[in-house]
Amino acid sequence: MYRYLASRLAGMLAVLAIVAVIVFVLTRAASGDPISVLLGDQATAEDIARVQKDYGLDKPLPVQFGYWVREVLQGNLGQSIFLQRPVTQALWERAEPTTFLALMAVAIAAVIGIPCGIVSAVYRGRPVDQLFTGVAMLGASIPSFWFGIVLIQMFSVSLGWFPVSGYGAPGAPLAERLHSLILPAAVLGILNSALIIRFTRASMLDVLGEDYVRTARSKGLPESTVVLKHALRNALVPIVTVLGLTVALMIGGAVVTETVFGLPGVGNLVVSAVLRRDYPVIQGALLVVAAIYVLINFSIDLLYVAVDPRVKL
Amino acid sequence: MQLPRIVRQLMHRRIVMLSAVVLIVITVLALGAPWFASADPNDTAVLDRLKAPSSAHLLGTDELGRDMYARIVHGARYSLAIAALTALGSMLAGTVLGLVAGFFRRLDAPLMRIVDAMMAFPDILLAIALVAILGPTLLNVVLALVLVYTPRVARVVRASTLVVRELLFVEAVRALGVRTSRILWRHILPNLLSPIMVQASFIFAYAILAEAGLSFLGVGVPPEIPTWGTMVAGSQQYADKAFWVVLFPGLAIIFTALSLQLLGDGVRDLLDPKLKKTL
Repeated sequence: MYRYLASRLAGMLAVLAIVAVIVFVLTRAASGDPISVLLGDQATAEDIARVQKDYGLDKPLPVQFGYWVREVLQGNLGQSIFLQRPVTQALWERAEPTTFLALMAVAIAAVIGIPCGIVSAVYRGRPVDQLFTGVAMLGASIPSFWFGIVLIQMFSVSLGWFPVSGYGAPGAPLAERLHSLILPAAVLGILNSALIIRFTRASMLDVLGEDYVRTARSKGLPESTVVLKHALRNALVPIVTVLGLTVALMIGGAVVTETVFGLPGVGNLVVSAVLRRDYPVIQGALLVVAAIYVLINFSIDLLYVAVDPRVKL
Repeated sequence: MQLPRIVRQLMHRRIVMLSAVVLIVITVLALGAPWFASADPNDTAVLDRLKAPSSAHLLGTDELGRDMYARIVHGARYSLAIAALTALGSMLAGTVLGLVAGFFRRLDAPLMRIVDAMMAFPDILLAIALVAILGPTLLNVVLALVLVYTPRVARVVRASTLVVRELLFVEAVRALGVRTSRILWRHILPNLLSPIMVQASFIFAYAILAEAGLSFLGVGVPPEIPTWGTMVAGSQQYADKAFWVVLFPGLAIIFTALSLQLLGDGVRDLLDPKLKKTL
């Protein structure tokens, strides 16, 4: 058991280290030159040298990597070149809409996906199963920006129920901020429910073939009890995994939806940083987003061990 | 694997047939774009801007008066080419990686840690970063998407390789002294073809969506190239006055991606009925 945990931990740390290398190499390989962007064409050689020194750009790459990792471990992701403030602060300011959006979207995806998936599995091969499976595939084929534009036209422009864009005025009350997240969360939730339908269906089908389900049936329990209590409980573990990973992937991965709805989120920050060649922000955001994914993934593994008595290696 | 038998069985499935027909029609339209759409996709006509669909402009015109039908048909060339090259590239790279990781035990852990690390980034975010670094050209978008999807293929191929390498016939050819490269190429790879093909069709669909997303964000192919993504991106602010500028390119994306996934799903059901429920 402890050996299993130790090996999982070592694996996770290895992945984090590789993530750090990837992020560092990617941002340094960029063809654009942040110094000329920052200083303009009129910069003198001394100016350039000074800024290079300020940002540590004059040292060899492995040394720069070492410096960077040391700073990161102390919680310092550097200074944004354009926003003139620490990257951690810029990320923190963007964390709220992104986090709320991800949680609301996954809640919607679960509310749609789990019941549909259960029905699909129970009535396998019947028209209702084919319908839900088809709808799931349709959901996986719709571009989120297109769906977002369509919903904005319908519910914001025509009906006026939601703001067309943005995250409320600065300092707006929480209710107003959440209100502006309903439509984007619906876009992400509905499109992602496709994945949850497929997973729930597959997981339920696995479980419904188990011996204990047959036992429960032969005891004469009503089918609803068999499906919802005996089968669903056991099928839920992989489904919860997918839900967790979906939340993780939406931190930074909801960039298209954030852009359509003008939400000041993490993904949006990365896109604007890319357009301005603001290395420290790209670097910091990529690192944090990937690290969050790795950590959530690892926590789910730990939960498996805690919840499922069979997982003891 | 008898290919004719599989094709014949596929033809018995209505949904698979329908998606195949949709894909063939789109491909033919794309290949023969200059014949099927005589209007120049980049011809602007300010007086004809945002015209509703009519006999002169089958699908209407956009904000610069360009013919929407011509743009969608010509855009299909780029959208399909980008997605097809992405599917092909990630299929090749992912197969090599997955085979090596699955067959050579010592390389498995390090290779898979790299794959895990790459999959820790949300697809679209990694693609944005890669395109930003490589520069926004058509080829670089393909390259970025190949890098994004290769780990996915590698995982599937590795998992299948792990199963196949333990089968008796592999042991047999090994006992016969067949070279490792030949075992991989002639004996293991053919058994992996069906999961690889299924993955390729899904990645084809995802790549169409991803390219559209990148172009929409303004970090994909240059905006003057008509792809389905750049069309929506360029016209979205006119959606309230002229719904067709957004509707039709969107439908093109949806129909293509859906058909590809249905086709992949149908092929998988046929080739490997066991997989039907698990994926």
